[in-house]
Amino acid sequence: MLKILKYSIFDLLRSRWSYVYFFFYLSLGFVLLFLNSDINKAIITLMNIIIVLTPLIGTIFGVMYYYNSKEFTELLLAQPIKRSKIFMGQYLGIALSLTLSLFIGLGIPFVFYGLFKSAAIFDFSLLILVGIFLNFIFVALAYNIALSTENKIKGFGYAILMWLFLAVIYDGFFMISLILFNAYPLDKFSLVATMFNPIDLSRILILLKLDISALLGYTGAVFKDFFGTAIGFIFSILILFLWVFIPVLRMKFKLKMKDF
Amino acid sequence: MNAFIPIFSPKNFIKNEVKLFLIFLLFLLTIQINSQTKTIQVCTTCDVKTIKKAITLANDRDTIFVKKGIYKETKIYINKGIHLIGEDFPVIDAENKTDSVFAIKADNFSISGFKIKNVGMSYTKEIAGIFVSHSNNFVIKNNRMENVFYGFILQRTKYGLLSNNKIIGEFKTEATSGNGFHLWKCENMRIEKNIVSGMRDGIYLEFVTNSHISNNTSANNIRYGLHFMFSHKNEYHHNEFKKNGAGVAVMFSKFIKMHHNTFHYNWGTASYGLLLKEINDAEIVDNIFEQNTIGINIDGCNRINYKNNHFIRNGWALKFTGGCYTNIFEYNNFMHNAFDLSYNSRLNDNKFEANYWSEYNGYDIDKNGIGDIAHRPVKLFSYVVNKTPETLVLLRSLFVDIINFSEKVSPVFTPNNLKDNKPLMKPINPL
Repeated sequence: MLKILKYSIFDLLRSRWSYVYFFFYLSLGFVLLFLNSDINKAIITLMNIIIVLTPLIGTIFGVMYYYNSKEFTELLLAQPIKRSKIFMGQYLGIALSLTLSLFIGLGIPFVFYGLFKSAAIFDFSLLILVGIFLNFIFVALAYNIALSTENKIKGFGYAILMWLFLAVIYDGFFMISLILFNAYPLDKFSLVATMFNPIDLSRILILLKLDISALLGYTGAVFKDFFGTAIGFIFSILILFLWVFIPVLRMKFKLKMKDF
Repeated sequence: MNAFIPIFSPKNFIKNEVKLFLIFLLFLLTIQINSQTKTIQVCTTCDVKTIKKAITLANDRDTIFVKKGIYKETKIYINKGIHLIGEDFPVIDAENKTDSVFAIKADNFSISGFKIKNVGMSYTKEIAGIFVSHSNNFVIKNNRMENVFYGFILQRTKYGLLSNNKIIGEFKTEATSGNGFHLWKCENMRIEKNIVSGMRDGIYLEFVTNSHISNNTSANNIRYGLHFMFSHKNEYHHNEFKKNGAGVAVMFSKFIKMHHNTFHYNWGTASYGLLLKEINDAEIVDNIFEQNTIGINIDGCNRINYKNNHFIRNGWALKFTGGCYTNIFEYNNFMHNAFDLSYNSRLNDNKFEANYWSEYNGYDIDKNGIGDIAHRPVKLFSYVVNKTPETLVLLRSLFVDIINFSEKVSPVFTPNNLKDNKPLMKPINPL
C-alpha cells in the first residue's frame, strides 16, 4: 500500500493541478494578509473560503483522479496486490497531496506575517485541521461516487451534486425546517442537523471558536455549551472522523463486490 | 486729621489714599472675626481621633484634615458646609456594617481624598459609601471605594461635582450589589473623570436633569455601564463603556446629547453597546461602537440624529425593535459588522444617507466619492433571523450568501425604501 501511496503522491505532485492549487492558497493567504494585516480578520475570510472551496476541490480531484487513472488501476489489479491496498493507496495519495497544498500554501504566508507571535495560532490550526478533515471526507465521498458509477459524466454530475447538496441545499432545507417548526424547541434539532453535514459542522466549530457565539442567542448558548467544552470538541472531531471512516468503509465494501 | 479736606485736592491725595485703605482693612478684619474659619486635624495620635468628633467641633466653612490611618467609623453625619480633606488616602473601614459611611445633608461642602471600604449589603436599605441628600453646591472628588454596596447615592441634590472618584466593586450577583453612582432627582450635576467597575450599574440616573456626565470609565459592571431613566436634557460625552454585562441603557428620556463616547466589548448573549428605549429628540454624534453584540438597539425612538458614529465589528450595528420614526443616520461608518441593520417592519420612515458601508460593492464612475447605486443595508438573512432567531446557526453559510444576493437584486421581504441613496465610497474620519 505504501508503494502505491508513494506512487500516487508523486504522480500528483508532478501534476500541474497540485501546483495551481498550492499557488492559489499561497496567493490567497498573502493577499488576505496584505489587505488586512489583522490575522484574526484574515482567518474569518479564510474560513468562508475553506468551508466552500476545500470540499469542492476535494470532490473534483477525487473523481477526476479515479477516472483518469482507471486504466492504470486496472493494470495494477492484474498484479498480485490486494484491491483495498491499491485503492487505499490512491485515496490517501490524493487526500494527502491536497492537504499538503492547503497546509503549505496557507502556512507560508501566515508564518511570514507573524502567526507564531499572534494569539490566533489556535484558531488558525483549527482552521487547517478542519480543512484537512474536509479534504479527507470529500475525497472519500468522491471515490465512493466514482466507484459506484461507471459513466464518467454521470460520476462527475453526481459528485458536483453531492457537493452542492452539502454546501448549499442542505442549509436551505435546514433553514426552511427551522422556520416551519418555529413553535417547537429547535436547539437539539439544529445541533443534530449540523452533525449530519460535515461542512456545517466545520463552520460551527470555527465560528464558535471565533467567539461569534454571542450573536447566536439562546441556540448559540446551547451550541456553546456543547461545542465549547472539551468533550463537545472531542465529540465533534470524532464525528468528523466518522465522516471519513464511514465512506472509506463503504469504499472497501464496494471494492469487494465490484467487477472490474 | 482734618475731615473737611476736599477729597480731590491733589495735595492731600496720598493721605486720603491711606485713609481709605485703613477703612478697607478694618472692614476686612470685621469679616474675618465674624467668619473665623478654623482647621481641625484628625489622626490616631491627635487630640481629635475620630472624624465624627471633628465634625461636631466644626462650623460652617471649616476645614478638617484627616491624616493617614484606618478609621473604623460609619454613620458620619454632616449637616454643615465643611471641607473634609483626607491626606494620603486615610481608610474608612465600615467593617461590613449596614450603614452608610458618610450621610450628608448640607450645602457648600466638599469631601476629597478618602478611601472607603467594606460597606455592608442590605436588601432593604440603600447604603452607600457617601450618601448625599437635599444638598446644593458641593464637590466630592478624589475618593476611592472598594467593596462597597453602593458607591454614591445622591438624592434631590443640585449643583454638585463628582470627579476623579474610583469605585472598584467585587463581582457579585445582580441582586446583591449596588450601583457605583446612584442619582435620583438631581439637577445640574457634573460627573467627571470617574472610574467605576465591578458594580451592578456603573452610573445610574433617575429623574436627573441638566447634568453633564463626561470622561468617565465604566467597565466590567454586572448590569449596565450607564443606566438612565426619565432624565431629560443631559449631556454624555467622552465616556468609555467597556465589557459591561448589558452595556449602556438609556430609557424614557428627551433631549439627550451623547457624543464622543466609546462603547466597546459589550459582548454576550444579552449585551448592547447602547440600548435606547423611548428616547426622543436626541443627538448621537461622534461615538464609537466596537465589538458589541448589538451596537445600538433602538426601541421606539423618534427624531434622533445619528451622525459621525463608527460601528466596527459588531454583531448587529443597529437593531430596530418597535416603531421608530424620523430618525436620521448621516455620515456614519458601518464597518465589518455581521449585520449592519436589522429591521422589524416593512415600513420605513427613517433616513439613511451618505453613510459608509463596508459591505457596499457599488461603483463610482463620476469619482465624486458617492456611490452611483443605492445601498440596501438590510439583508434577507437578517430579516429571517428576526423572525426565527434559531436560523442564526446558518451564519456565513454559502446558502445564506446566495439568498442575500438574490434579495439584494430584487427586494421582496425587506422594506423597499430602506436604502442609502448616496453611500460613500470611503470611510469618514477613519480611526
